[in-house]
Amino acid sequence: MTAITLIEAINQALDYELNADPNVIIFGEDVGVDGGVFRATVGLLDKYGTDRVIDTPLSENLIAGLSVGLGTQGIKAIAEFQFMGFLYAGLDQIISHVSRMRNRTRGRLSCPIVMRTPYGGGIHAPEHHSESTEALLAHIPGLRVVIPSSPAMGYGLLLAAIRDPDPVIFLEPTRIYRLVKEEVNNDGTALPLDVCYVLRDGTDVTLVSWGAMLHETLKAADTLAQQGIQAAVIDVATIKPLDMATIISSVQKTGRCVIIHEAARTCGVGAEIAANLAEFALTSLLAPIKRVTGYDTIMPLYQLEDHYMPHENDILQAVHEVMEYA
Amino acid sequence: MVEKVVAKFEIKYRQILDQHGNLVEKLPEFAQNPANLIELYKHMVLARIFDAKAVALQRTGKLGTYPASLGQEAISTAAASAMHANDILCPYYRDTAGYIWRGVKMEEILLYWGGSELGSNYANPAVKEDLPICVPIASQTLHAAGIALALKIRQQQRAVLTFIGDGGTSRGDFYEALNFAGVRKLPLVFVINNNHWAISVPLEQQTATATLAQKGVAANIHSEVVDGNDVIVTKQAISEAIARAHAGAGPSLIEAITYRMCDHTTADDASRYRNPDELVIEKSKDPILRLGKYLESIKQWDIDRDKEWQAAANSLVNNAVENYLNTAAQPLTSMFDFLYATLPSALKTQYDMVQTR
Repeated sequence: MTAITLIEAINQALDYELNADPNVIIFGEDVGVDGGVFRATVGLLDKYGTDRVIDTPLSENLIAGLSVGLGTQGIKAIAEFQFMGFLYAGLDQIISHVSRMRNRTRGRLSCPIVMRTPYGGGIHAPEHHSESTEALLAHIPGLRVVIPSSPAMGYGLLLAAIRDPDPVIFLEPTRIYRLVKEEVNNDGTALPLDVCYVLRDGTDVTLVSWGAMLHETLKAADTLAQQGIQAAVIDVATIKPLDMATIISSVQKTGRCVIIHEAARTCGVGAEIAANLAEFALTSLLAPIKRVTGYDTIMPLYQLEDHYMPHENDILQAVHEVMEYA
Repeated sequence: MVEKVVAKFEIKYRQILDQHGNLVEKLPEFAQNPANLIELYKHMVLARIFDAKAVALQRTGKLGTYPASLGQEAISTAAASAMHANDILCPYYRDTAGYIWRGVKMEEILLYWGGSELGSNYANPAVKEDLPICVPIASQTLHAAGIALALKIRQQQRAVLTFIGDGGTSRGDFYEALNFAGVRKLPLVFVINNNHWAISVPLEQQTATATLAQKGVAANIHSEVVDGNDVIVTKQAISEAIARAHAGAGPSLIEAITYRMCDHTTADDASRYRNPDELVIEKSKDPILRLGKYLESIKQWDIDRDKEWQAAANSLVNNAVENYLNTAAQPLTSMFDFLYATLPSALKTQYDMVQTR
């Protein structure tokens, strides 16, 4: 085993499944010869040919619409959208067809596809290349929305997404594509979807996050431990459907919860988590739930992006507030 | 200065049976056997009776909003009859005659417009891969391209046929599907039902082009126009397109000229925006009347046989209506049962809630 980055883990998972299942194909803009703008599909065209690694014309709505037709034929189509900010052109197909073909036909047809897209800020990219609008997608019934936070999670969750019989939107945090390396066993083992992962146990406060923000969150948990505060850290991983049981179980132990996400605050997934805690775990709470999030603003161009995204210090401040509340 | 023509195009129009029921061209082989024409005629009559019944059911509160296809029966009858059994149909929502020909049960069509998803779960294995009725305009053309890509990847000698209206040709999905079909030489046939009206907006406000077919030229697709109220020429053109698809010769676009003789749907009133004189002229081009006249002229059809078939078709439709009205509503939990292959545990609470309603 060698240590690999998240982007390498994505590539390994795609390679593994293309090799294991002849029904798997990859398509999107620049996924072929170029290997994807982030190199997620590098080497796959040479290995699997132009019938299974397909460069499409430059149209995200086309990519989304094709995946519906491919899906109804039982093809495990893995579509790459170059950046989340360009996925919006395909939203009509995603909302109107991808998410509802199984329901519409009472199970006669389905859409067992994966839509991968890089998302989130922190890489000093141009406008539209740093979007974090996962809540838009999480609102759509019939979809799964999955976000890996590390190379191992990327490998295991992507394999699970490809094998899942229903459509999965797979959001890959660009900021951590090459941030850390981790040893990942390339043995085709998938990780479960629809569950949160407890990355760290703790007794004083529960920190809930996903994607790139987990790196700030884990740093904060380390600092808090030095200060004598034991923080549990939960990686939501699948934001739709949402595994509240794991989060509630942790909050019942700690009595305090801070939710951290990069996306804008209003109607973010953090609001959903907080509402569920208020509904089902109110009596366990020792302090108000806090959210550390991006602002309700347009993601600024990169000169200011660092001031938009939450950092370890913001998390520490929120935790200190809930610890001091009672 | 270097100046030369680097591309040019022409679009052909075909008609075989004119609006008076006279042959203006030689009959293609299939049409030389009157039995084939009688079958097409009877099917169009059946579709028209079904349509009238569906509208009547809506008027009496037994069906939801329904889009009739009065006057357009020839196009989807021709297309469905030109398709091979294992080809795949990606319809829009005004192709009733086509679904019925392919093997969708009439009660299933009523169930869909009567507010039940059961109507898209076709029982007949012959149509198990056909897509259900598609409401978002033109979006089905991209699904058709995806299916055609799947057939091509699997090297199956099958074709996909998708229908679209004239209004649908204004949407990006249509151009994207045409473009991709051209690039990949997909086994795909696009059929435009040019009925001249997209609800209240007339064709000249959808496009400035002389034809809709020429939009396929930009994608390097075989494109032509036919008289869509002439079931013979429409079937001929679509059969040729299907044959090209099966032979690996790529996609085709057939613009079939017709006219929506009815309202857009039962919720619409075309008298608000349409000159009644136009309707009178268009009714004289009726696809069923002209084929009936021709069949009578060659002594293959008469008023008695017509009455006999009208009665038989009515009885088929009435049976379907009875089956539709006798189909029990789905359980409330069906809202959840087909959302995912298996219900995620996150939805269990809501599932239990709906059971107690």
